Amino acid sequence: MDFLILNPLNFPILSTLIFLPLAGALVIFLLKNETVAKVWALLISLVTMVLSWPLYFYFDASTYKYQFGEHLSWIPFFKINYTLGVDGISLLLVLLSTLLTPICILSSWKYISKRVREFLFCLMIMETACVGVFSALDFVLFYIFWEAMLVPMYLLIAVWGGPEKVYASIKFFIYTMAGSVFLLVAMIALFLKTGTFSIPEMMSQPYTFQFQFWIFLAFAIAFAIKVPMAPFHTWLPAAHVEAPTAGSVILASILLKMGTYGFLRFCLPITPEASIYFAPLILVISVISISYGGYVALGQTDMKRLIAYSSVAHMGFVTLGTFIFNKNGLEGAILQMINHGITTGALFLCVGIIYERTHSRLITVNSGLGKIMPLYVGLFGFFSLSSMAFPGTNSFVGELLVLIGTFTGHKVFGFLTIPGVVLAAAYMLRLLQKIAWGEREGGEGHHFFDLNVREFVYLVPLALLVLWIGFAPAPFLDVMHATVDHLIQQVQAGGQTVAWLR
Amino acid sequence: MGLADLKLFLPELYLLFLALLFFAQSLWQSPVRVNHLLALWLSAAGVAISVLSLPFSGELFYRAYRVDLFSQAFKVLIQLGLFLVIFIGRELKSIDDRLHPEYFMFMVLSSLGLTLMVSSVELLTIFIAMELSSYSLYILVPLRKQNFGNQMEAAIKYIIFGAAATGVMLFGMSYLFGLTQSTYITVIIQKLPLILTQPLAVVGLLLVLCGFFFKLAVIPFHFWTPDVYQGAANETTTFIATMPKLAGLALLLRLVSLGGPDNLDLVQILVLLAAVSMTFGNLVALVQRDLKRLLAYSSIAHAGYILLGVLTLNATGYAAAFFHITAYLLMNLACFMVICSISRQGEDISLGDLSGLYKRSPLLAFTLAVGAFALAGIPPTAGFTGKLFLFTAALNQGHLALVIIAAVNTAISIFFYLNIVRSAYGQDPDGRPDIPLSLSGKLLNVGLILAIILLGTLPAWFFDLARTACKSLIS
Repeated sequence: MDFLILNPLNFPILSTLIFLPLAGALVIFLLKNETVAKVWALLISLVTMVLSWPLYFYFDASTYKYQFGEHLSWIPFFKINYTLGVDGISLLLVLLSTLLTPICILSSWKYISKRVREFLFCLMIMETACVGVFSALDFVLFYIFWEAMLVPMYLLIAVWGGPEKVYASIKFFIYTMAGSVFLLVAMIALFLKTGTFSIPEMMSQPYTFQFQFWIFLAFAIAFAIKVPMAPFHTWLPAAHVEAPTAGSVILASILLKMGTYGFLRFCLPITPEASIYFAPLILVISVISISYGGYVALGQTDMKRLIAYSSVAHMGFVTLGTFIFNKNGLEGAILQMINHGITTGALFLCVGIIYERTHSRLITVNSGLGKIMPLYVGLFGFFSLSSMAFPGTNSFVGELLVLIGTFTGHKVFGFLTIPGVVLAAAYMLRLLQKIAWGEREGGEGHHFFDLNVREFVYLVPLALLVLWIGFAPAPFLDVMHATVDHLIQQVQAGGQTVAWLR
Repeated sequence: MGLADLKLFLPELYLLFLALLFFAQSLWQSPVRVNHLLALWLSAAGVAISVLSLPFSGELFYRAYRVDLFSQAFKVLIQLGLFLVIFIGRELKSIDDRLHPEYFMFMVLSSLGLTLMVSSVELLTIFIAMELSSYSLYILVPLRKQNFGNQMEAAIKYIIFGAAATGVMLFGMSYLFGLTQSTYITVIIQKLPLILTQPLAVVGLLLVLCGFFFKLAVIPFHFWTPDVYQGAANETTTFIATMPKLAGLALLLRLVSLGGPDNLDLVQILVLLAAVSMTFGNLVALVQRDLKRLLAYSSIAHAGYILLGVLTLNATGYAAAFFHITAYLLMNLACFMVICSISRQGEDISLGDLSGLYKRSPLLAFTLAVGAFALAGIPPTAGFTGKLFLFTAALNQGHLALVIIAAVNTAISIFFYLNIVRSAYGQDPDGRPDIPLSLSGKLLNVGLILAIILLGTLPAWFFDLARTACKSLIS
């Protein structure tokens, strides 16, 4: 167990983060009044958020080991354990998850009017599953959270979704499920090979290339569907468009990260040689995702659909940085995961805000809001700039790092990415231009209220984060240095040993 | 058989007593409510008795009847199943009031037969026990109020297929006897591996297994399943869908061991049956509209999954199969409880009848969702844990292709299980009435949900128990 530093705090912090929302969710059904239920859910999620902050303050950035570890024997015969821990890759993702849940609850305060308790229940269960996925160090535990998350997400879309919710939710579920059954088989195969379900102990083992090849493929299908990479992305626009605002935010900001997190946590360290072998393919797909996502976003008339396709492009940067196997690329990729979570989450929130007023997500219906809702358009414009990686915003730092990494590693891919970057500016500016300065259909007769206090309160933290990471990314990058260095070592060492054995 | 041995036979004697009691009740115009309460409380006591007799072990009746942890554990499950089936269908809405005592009598008799089956270690004893349970079921199937569907067709199909399967099984038994000059499993298990090079031995063994494939609804012995599930009363289907499978698996495990630890021919045939069963079951289930019919095809698919554990021919695989059949019992009972509760006069339930269940009865909708997701194998339910164990056990024996087929099947099956959840949660009631639940009904719901989730999240103790029980089968 030398990979795990046991929890130094005097309470089991990760378990608390996982099970507090679950317990809170169960209590919701005992509350008869819906407002009380909302306040309760908000309270629990805020407490969870505050409780997660010690993770950052007590995090030891000098080691790659998993920290705040908890370890219990669970199913002894199959050597399945309850092992938790976070490192430089997962720390920020856990914090992102706990930050976004209260924001989601606030954003749904008025919008969700039917079956409020069940809605809050699903949101809280999502938080449990998300934190669980990012902190599980046992494969079975990871898989349980990974799969369990499908159910509340499915319900969020299927019950509170738009007109095409049935199609979208079933497509979402079947797509992701189809991917993860291979993950299950790969997991069992790895267990039979190593005799353990512990993820860190599966890393850096002398697997044959043949074995790595198939394991990598099984992993990659599951994770590529989740990311999603073209051509596995078709579930995403459907799911995003139909999901309620909070569902879209969680989907874009946290769920998609599970795919890229999977690449970082499983593919690279467990199957290093296969990762190197498949890297060119993944890089090509990433570049295709970036350009294709951007190109398709350019033609969208629905705001949510546009942002959904922009997600495909942004996540392409993450996989690009991941499979370039150098420090800049990997750190850029991890930071970009966080950035995308903040920026795209905020953009979906903005779309939700305007949808509550005009009951439409069409760009043409919502154009020319600049004069009517200056505060809203100001923030919307700010997040749009962040989304197209304008200097001074978070995404600029992330994309810059990824691009530096890519140009260091493979110049060709660097050049191929440039059109995608330009496209991002094109589709976001087109959207912003229409929304802020476009012609208002039917004159300026309609008057909508600008942001109210509640909406302002949940957008501001995200805006501050955009600026913070944009101008001073060091606090965020510092925590990942040691982990990323270790990851690169694992990839190179693993690649060499196996190549040498062969 | 001395008085001390009597305690070994206690669960069986208790069931016999119950059957006689209901026979007495059937002789006069007994009040309906009294019969229900009797059945409920006395079957609950039966669970207690079988739990108390869990640690007993010994042999009875000239060593034809073995009481060990394996048999006792299955007996607990059968008694528990009987209690839950009676609890779920306690109002017997689809059965004529005056037939209730007889209905309970035959149900108890069938359970008695199953209980005898799991302890039998001699071919003729197995045969007699199996017939006792089957014939009681043959009578139960047509017992349904006249205005619903085609219970007669279902009954005829069940009898004909059942008789044919039994005939095939007897034929196989004659081969085994001819080859080994014994009907005792303990003797056969020593002699048979020596002559397994002869095709006759493998054929004989397979023919015997057919009887239990029929009980488990493994392809090609599945034809009765959809029609009987749909045609029989909801309460009867609850019984048929769960209980005979328990005993069927128990006997399958006992008899498969006869083939020795590494019988390739046998394993290959089992692999084929497993693959075909799960694929066929899941594919056909995709287009079903009637809930019981859908669950019938789902049970065919699950029989395939369970074979994954059987064909490993080792204790871990057997224990995984044992675990999964327990999970299967619970999740099927959860689904059937919802069917029985929704069905107001005992009619069949289609997917459309589930519409707006979340509003008509939130608890039932939740139970149905848990049951369906468990059948689909979504964590953290028992259905997932069972599949994890099965896959691990099968992959450990190198059945990679089969495990991949099973995994793909899991993905296919998601669609129709999701359809159930979608109907319950995603559609509006459209004027369908609310479904009131009594306090005991609510408790039953919560109990089943908790059982499915707890067995899924804390499986260690039960799996260890199952493994200890199954170790005795491998000699």
